[in-house]
Amino acid sequence: MTVAPETQTFSQVGKSLSRVDAGEKLRGEAQFVGDISLPHMLHGAVLRSPVAHARIASIDTSTAEALPGVACILLGRDLDDIDPHYGHAIKDRPILAVDRVRFAGEPVAAVAAEDAATAAEAARAIEVAYDELPPVLTVEDALAEDAPRLHEGPLRAGLFHGLGELREPEGNVCYRYRIDRGEIESAFDHAAIVVEGEYTFPAVYQYAMETHSVIAHVEEGTGITLWASCQHPFLVRAELADLFGVPLARVRVLVPFLGGGFGSKSYTKMEPVTVALARKAGRPVKIVNRVDESMVTTRRHGMRCWMRTAATGDGRLLGRDVRFFLDTGAYADNGPRVTATAGDAAPGPYRWAAYRVDGACVYTNTGPAGSYRAFGAAHLQWIGESQVDEVARRAGIDRLQIRRENLLVPGEELRAGGKPLDADLIGDVEQVAGALGWEEPKRPYTGRGLAVGLLAAGAHPVSSALARLESDGRVVVLVGTTEVGQGARTVFTQIAAEELGLPPERVVVQGADTRYTPYDRSTGASRSTTLAGLAVQRAAADLRAQLVEIAGGDELDPDDFPALLVRRFGFAGGELLGRGEVRPQGTGSYAEGPVFWEVCVGGAEVEVEPDTGVVRVRKLVTVADVGKAINPQLVERQDEGGALQGLGNALFEELVFADGQVANDTLLDYRVPKASDLPDEMTCVIVENGDGPGPFGAKGCGEGAQAAVPAAIVTALADAGVEVKELPLTPERVWRRIRELKEEGTWPN
Amino acid sequence: MIALETTVNGRPVSLEIEPRELLLDLLRERLGLTGAKRSCDVQVCGACTVLIDGAPVSSCCTLAHEAGGRDVLTIEGLARKPEFARFEEAFVRHAGLQCGFCTPGFLLTLKALLEAGELGSEEALVHGLDGNICRCTGYRGILEAAGELAGLELA
Repeated sequence: MTVAPETQTFSQVGKSLSRVDAGEKLRGEAQFVGDISLPHMLHGAVLRSPVAHARIASIDTSTAEALPGVACILLGRDLDDIDPHYGHAIKDRPILAVDRVRFAGEPVAAVAAEDAATAAEAARAIEVAYDELPPVLTVEDALAEDAPRLHEGPLRAGLFHGLGELREPEGNVCYRYRIDRGEIESAFDHAAIVVEGEYTFPAVYQYAMETHSVIAHVEEGTGITLWASCQHPFLVRAELADLFGVPLARVRVLVPFLGGGFGSKSYTKMEPVTVALARKAGRPVKIVNRVDESMVTTRRHGMRCWMRTAATGDGRLLGRDVRFFLDTGAYADNGPRVTATAGDAAPGPYRWAAYRVDGACVYTNTGPAGSYRAFGAAHLQWIGESQVDEVARRAGIDRLQIRRENLLVPGEELRAGGKPLDADLIGDVEQVAGALGWEEPKRPYTGRGLAVGLLAAGAHPVSSALARLESDGRVVVLVGTTEVGQGARTVFTQIAAEELGLPPERVVVQGADTRYTPYDRSTGASRSTTLAGLAVQRAAADLRAQLVEIAGGDELDPDDFPALLVRRFGFAGGELLGRGEVRPQGTGSYAEGPVFWEVCVGGAEVEVEPDTGVVRVRKLVTVADVGKAINPQLVERQDEGGALQGLGNALFEELVFADGQVANDTLLDYRVPKASDLPDEMTCVIVENGDGPGPFGAKGCGEGAQAAVPAAIVTALADAGVEVKELPLTPERVWRRIRELKEEGTWPN
Repeated sequence: MIALETTVNGRPVSLEIEPRELLLDLLRERLGLTGAKRSCDVQVCGACTVLIDGAPVSSCCTLAHEAGGRDVLTIEGLARKPEFARFEEAFVRHAGLQCGFCTPGFLLTLKALLEAGELGSEEALVHGLDGNICRCTGYRGILEAAGELAGLELA
């Protein structure tokens, strides 16, 4: 599959075609779920628990029901005709709390009314009495021997658990991922240098600007139809079919444009409660979350981590030992997968004699945590790279040099039985050092950092696409990938146009309607260009093969496509249908994967203001090691977006909890990066080694920067003299650390 | 209910409204102008930005009746103006958008700043756009497009 790009000339691939959706987005015509209205549509509102852990003593809906304009009120106990539990990994979550609430923000009741204001007013008028239970609000609380159990009984696997057999839960630990390679104790016994530390990583909010939004309509004859702001419509379809006991063909999920996702719209979120409410109301219902509701719908896992790294006196890495605990909140959501991916990222891509990883996914009485861009790698890379830097310092060697000497090279094994390294990491980190001016003198209070990591990318490799050649010679590509801003439709246009020799304006990419677009597992894990793109390429190649056959030896010219269809069908109609399928080579299991290792390499130069603790990022460098850049401009823009989210995550983003409630639940208090937070200089290096499994040697990008940038900022700050083991690097935290260093007499500046 | 007489995208609008009705809801729910988006609800993100008499406001925090007797311009109105072609070209050239949710707000803020002559320097550009959040792009493409529209050479 791999093609060396320099040996092939392309007409569309490798060119920065303008986004095919730019016009409608700029004109404000692009439709998002919230922009859609159906005839006779009701508006839904959700009443959420104000307490973190409680038994529901009573619910009185009489005042709410009496309000004019209220159509119906749904409670958990109304769902007695189905098993109301869902969860793609672990089926642990009720659509609405039945007799117990497990986090502040858990849906307790839902109201459908003629307008949104009435629905909200009615939700407020429902009276619920809670008998509070002792909550477990942190992983430490949850792991305590006498901690209350959040979930009793054996865990039930969801439809897409995907990580082998579920074990019995150990207390509040719902999933555990362990790796044990080589003789770990012996590695540490023989080490001249051992670096050890404990680290804390915050929960953050993805803040897709479009909050979770769903319109559901349930009809006796046609089944369930919904418009949903979901990244994975086919997985949502499957979970809804399972929940409501209907065939897959009776659930239709349509996804218009998505207003950002970053993982927050992966898997099933607000869809079940909206469908349940619409089912009771007998009319279409729309639910649009407020920001504070989306914050408790999903977030990134906070984490506590202990790590130690062993090395020889001259900086040869020997062993790494890691334990981490991810706070998955009250329900597992994607926690098990995040735990496994974090475990795979924990050693870092170095040549270890031995390593041991023990990761636990822990229930607490907080909002559920799921996917957020670069999950797992973002959690562990900054820690591992901090320790590699510390080894270099103690060994007295340069931090670039220690990486040159210890990084794996392509083809070396990363995980037993899994995909070996498929990228030139040393070449990548050399690029960063060059762009950063690694050897140049530094100003006072300034430091530089380099960070290298890998992210298991691609998820389960199943994608398909159809290409319809219409009688006017134009092609419609049907593919289930959702357009979340990443530019999938533009890239697919280029791939299909390349394969068929068509100008891109004769290709239309249509997506994400589970009734009409063929199956695509998901839009996430940086998989769409690589896997759905490969399906599109194969569908277009299939069309091409059919055209070649019809042409019967005549040279294929796109202007003749209409004539070839007439030759085939005998009139100016009919169509050719090309089919593209991507499926696993083996079983596609997590252990055999990943589809590819996404490269997380970056660098930073930061300056710290010692009197205030303010950290200013002067330079950021990211590497998009993409095999082949189908659209270089979109690659660069993806990397910049990931880099700035990484900067926000590193410097100031954090969900603050007080008694289990999110204390900073508005954008006034939860700060995300603004234009003024941009670093002074930003460089994205695109590396094209043709080593990806996707079309034209491509592999995915967009997440790597989000893991690499925080790691580079943390290590740059340590280089400036301030080693911090807890994120984010707020001025207060940095200032306090500088004061400690001054008191210890170890402040170098 | 109170009476509202206003002009939206050059057309007179006459409606009975609830005193509590927000301009954003009036535009989206009653006039079908869904280009202005709801996101933060607290006047931070700028996705709901529209112009009233040429000045940008957060329509999520503006009462509909405040638009009485004034001119409201939304993205649907801007898109019909001849000058829109310049905005479109610049944003397309620099790929100054991804998901597109924040994009109308950025364009309207930019239009107001350009007309007020407040984009004389890169600092002014960054300052002027700091009230609009984009979570996807990392702002570089937006700033490059805006810089081109303002006739600035960006570093």
